Amino acid sequence: MSDTDTKDPIIGAGVPRIDGPDKLAGRANYAADNLPANMAYGYGVFSTIAKGKVTRLDVDEAKRMPGVIDIFHHGHFPSLYRTPSSFVQGNKVEETRLPFEDERVYYEGQFVALVVADSFENARAAARHVKVEYAGESAVANLAQGLEDNGTQAGGGHSRGDAAATFDAADTTIDVTYHTPVETHNPMEMHASVAYWDAQGDLTIHDASQGVVVERNALSKIFAIAPERITVHAPYIGSGFGSKLWTWPHAVATAAVSRELGRPVQLVVPRQQMFTTTGHRPETRQRMRLATDGNGKLVSLRHEAINTTSFTDQYVETCGSVTKSLYSCPDLTVSHATTQVNRGTPTSMRAPGAAPGLFALESAIDEMALAAGVDPVQFRLDNYAERDESQDLDFSSNHIIEATQQAAERFGWHDRTPEIGSMREGREVVGYGMAACNWEALKRPCDARVSLRADGTVFASCATQDIGTGTYTIVAQAVSDVTGVPLDRITVKLGDSSYPDGPISGGSWATATTLPAIAGAARNALDELKRYATGGNGIFAEASADDLSVADGGLRYDGKQASFAEVLDAARYGSADGEAHTEAADSKYSYRSFGAHFVEVRWDPGISHLRVSRVVSAIDVGKVINATTARNQVEGAVVMGIGMGLFEATEYDERNGRPVNNDYAEYVVPVHADQPEIDVILLDYPDLAFNEYGARGIGEIGVTGLAAAIGNAVHHATGKRIRELPITLDKLMDDVPQAQSA
Amino acid sequence: MRHFDYARAESAQQAVAAHGSERDSAFLAGGTTLLDLVKLDVMQPQKVVDINGVDLDTIERLDDGRLRIGAMVTNTALARDERVVDDYAVLSQALLAGASTQLRNKATTGGNVMQRVRCPYFRDGVSACNKREPGSGCAAIGGVNRSVHAVLGTSDNCIATHPSDMCVAMAAIGATVEVQGPEGRREIDFADFHLLPGDTPAREHALEAGELITHVTLDAPLEGSRSAYLKLRDRQSYQFALASSAVIVRMDGNTIREARVAMGGVGTKPWRAPEVEAALKGKTASETLFADAAKRAFENAVAYAQNGYKIPLGQQAIVRNLTDLTAA
Repeated sequence: MSDTDTKDPIIGAGVPRIDGPDKLAGRANYAADNLPANMAYGYGVFSTIAKGKVTRLDVDEAKRMPGVIDIFHHGHFPSLYRTPSSFVQGNKVEETRLPFEDERVYYEGQFVALVVADSFENARAAARHVKVEYAGESAVANLAQGLEDNGTQAGGGHSRGDAAATFDAADTTIDVTYHTPVETHNPMEMHASVAYWDAQGDLTIHDASQGVVVERNALSKIFAIAPERITVHAPYIGSGFGSKLWTWPHAVATAAVSRELGRPVQLVVPRQQMFTTTGHRPETRQRMRLATDGNGKLVSLRHEAINTTSFTDQYVETCGSVTKSLYSCPDLTVSHATTQVNRGTPTSMRAPGAAPGLFALESAIDEMALAAGVDPVQFRLDNYAERDESQDLDFSSNHIIEATQQAAERFGWHDRTPEIGSMREGREVVGYGMAACNWEALKRPCDARVSLRADGTVFASCATQDIGTGTYTIVAQAVSDVTGVPLDRITVKLGDSSYPDGPISGGSWATATTLPAIAGAARNALDELKRYATGGNGIFAEASADDLSVADGGLRYDGKQASFAEVLDAARYGSADGEAHTEAADSKYSYRSFGAHFVEVRWDPGISHLRVSRVVSAIDVGKVINATTARNQVEGAVVMGIGMGLFEATEYDERNGRPVNNDYAEYVVPVHADQPEIDVILLDYPDLAFNEYGARGIGEIGVTGLAAAIGNAVHHATGKRIRELPITLDKLMDDVPQAQSA
Repeated sequence: MRHFDYARAESAQQAVAAHGSERDSAFLAGGTTLLDLVKLDVMQPQKVVDINGVDLDTIERLDDGRLRIGAMVTNTALARDERVVDDYAVLSQALLAGASTQLRNKATTGGNVMQRVRCPYFRDGVSACNKREPGSGCAAIGGVNRSVHAVLGTSDNCIATHPSDMCVAMAAIGATVEVQGPEGRREIDFADFHLLPGDTPAREHALEAGELITHVTLDAPLEGSRSAYLKLRDRQSYQFALASSAVIVRMDGNTIREARVAMGGVGTKPWRAPEVEAALKGKTASETLFADAAKRAFENAVAYAQNGYKIPLGQQAIVRNLTDLTAA
């Protein structure tokens, strides 16, 4: 890795975020903070039906309102092109339908018109006076109705052995079905776009984006201009949780109307429509059939998942992605299917597939362990896979047994008495539950550039993003690690599509993808610097490059030390630059991250009050690059898992497909008071087969399995197995009166 | 942009004069309800009369032992006032159980009495809602009605709960609402202030057009009493009550000499429960007694599709609160 001899390694240190001061001081510009001269404001008009056609759009009154510049809709909108929406080509969008393409309505909250005015207030006021008439059609409200009306579309899967036959012959079996609701990402920062075109017809767009390069490429297809003529800026993101991975219709519409009007346009998606037109985690139904032999060994496992998707696109929630490989089981089937409903297109939400999938799997494993009469921790230790049986590959590095044992020890699992409701403290019934967590480790191709500058600073750039997770900081740590230059002299620039191509900030792959490219670029810059040092005017002209070593932010030769600035000054170069390209992960191993959550819940039956009172999580994600931001990622994911387990569900009115609880007051996520003591153990075993830093990524794994651990603890406390999230108090109450009225 | 006239009043009389009797005039206090609903286009006042300059932000003890609270006293100030903490613990606790610190710093006593419902169908600006658009119907019936919808005091025209915690405590304490109107001053019994939806859910309170709340005067504290507010909800903070109880009891040994009970989260107005109080009076405290008494509050309850759980939950809120208060 580094050829410097650092006593206090920067890799792994818990250094604070280098972008923290800018954020605290309000100097960090988010998308909607950009206010170019002569900017106009857009505000949407959104469908109030879930399915049908716009039959009449009356914009006359709205057009006459103060400040209105133009009103766009399907009868008045430029003709655009489709993107192939290819992940491989890097031009993916999630909702492939172009905005205002036709008069069709596929979901409630779909853009049907866009008012542009000289101020936000004028645009909003006019938008409320656009009169829309519809010919409504019978809509599909939810997963159950989708299955009934339209059935399913296949979404892939995996199969080995004969799970059905083994199941039928097995000693002990369970056959249970789990359900998870729609969840909405709800990042604090609203989706927002600011677009403008210059005189040459080149597009600049500031967008709340987790992927500037993919957005550039998608817009290049949609506007049919070369990617080099588009610049996407997203230096800061008020988080995204997946909702900002792919370009949504508002960004396309903003760019299009900016070109039409010949002036910059800003569009901020209102919170209410962030529940409709910027993706969500879809509803799932998951049937789990498991069987064990007489020794508590898992012999058959079937995980059949169905999720809702839109009528315009197929989004597959790969709930069984972990099921394939977490446990050793010779006879196993995983299948994914979708059913179409009249909601917007779903998208990835933190730990897509695995978050709802491990709720089902890790709840079912708990049920299976109880049915087999085995302690749930022991059952897992007995059945964890030693190698990836789905790919017939060894794991590159797998410490799940140690993670489970360490967390069990720290949590005090051995104090658990297994009988339902047997642990009490005062009025509260205490429940202990646990679950494994798991996430695939991914690494994508990446380019990066590092410049050692004559002023003694280092500049590193890559077109990935920091979505609030600490990417700026760990990139600086990698640069510092290679060059020996302290962090305060390192400038990191991300979130600009004109920088060397970097990955989307998703899939927990930004760290493993970006750092090797950054390190490679830094080494190449050092090589360039050594050539300068040993060239004609070089400060060590007598030496050959191979004789030089890098030390203390400078070069050393024969006991003499020269700073980078001195080397560059002597050679009269402004900078020594290096670029590097690193490839995607190989397929020699199965690369995955592992861990285990242990959760204590407390149920007060006298007031039907459930809370999560303690969490211990042990996480094996390879090398930890930054102890502070890594721990923060796991803690945040645990909190999100508490939300998934206890609170979160987007509730639609079945009569019109409208999300009803579409604000921060009614869409319940955990507040600080809901956050218990969270004890995070980071195992920190470098996975050097994966990349030179041995880091696998940490953004998503913490949310997987947490809801199941809660559900398992709730079962231990109450005896109730809640198979439908969220586990709200009403589901735990006895004798709830039925409605006398609707 | 939607334009409106803005006037800043220096006195209650001035405010009332500036407001006039138009239905589309509004007083602006903390703004935590009004500005929110204006931005959502649910309220469209043509005239806004800012009363932040009116000198109504003091709390005074009257000679008869009552506590007179200016309408502009913030929720934070009221909750932290020593006289409230000492004599009306239930009110202090109820205030602190509501909203967030930031909102409580802005929200006022008069404004909180006037808080509008949190029914999403009222707030969305498009659904049928008899409060927002009389005669259009009630989308909450037959829709999503789990959390902010009532089981007591509902009608076929509206089932939204009254959202305030403060008002539940005031309903238990007993209070008088003082108002200034074009015709002068008058007093309204707190119990009569909020109206059941019935056939006219758009009419939410007893104020006549142009009347301004100037004070809320709490009844003198029940001597020798203890009181507490218990709020039950999904998350631990920043959520409207699914069910809550405000309880005041005066004990004599283990005997309940007097009890006052009100409920939140379950009724279409701050819900005083005299039948519970009657069942408790003069009885020996026990969980059986509390459970029997609490049941009486819900004898006429109506469960809707998703909120039937509030009937047992509301009883639990009463029983637990009584149990803790009488145990000390």
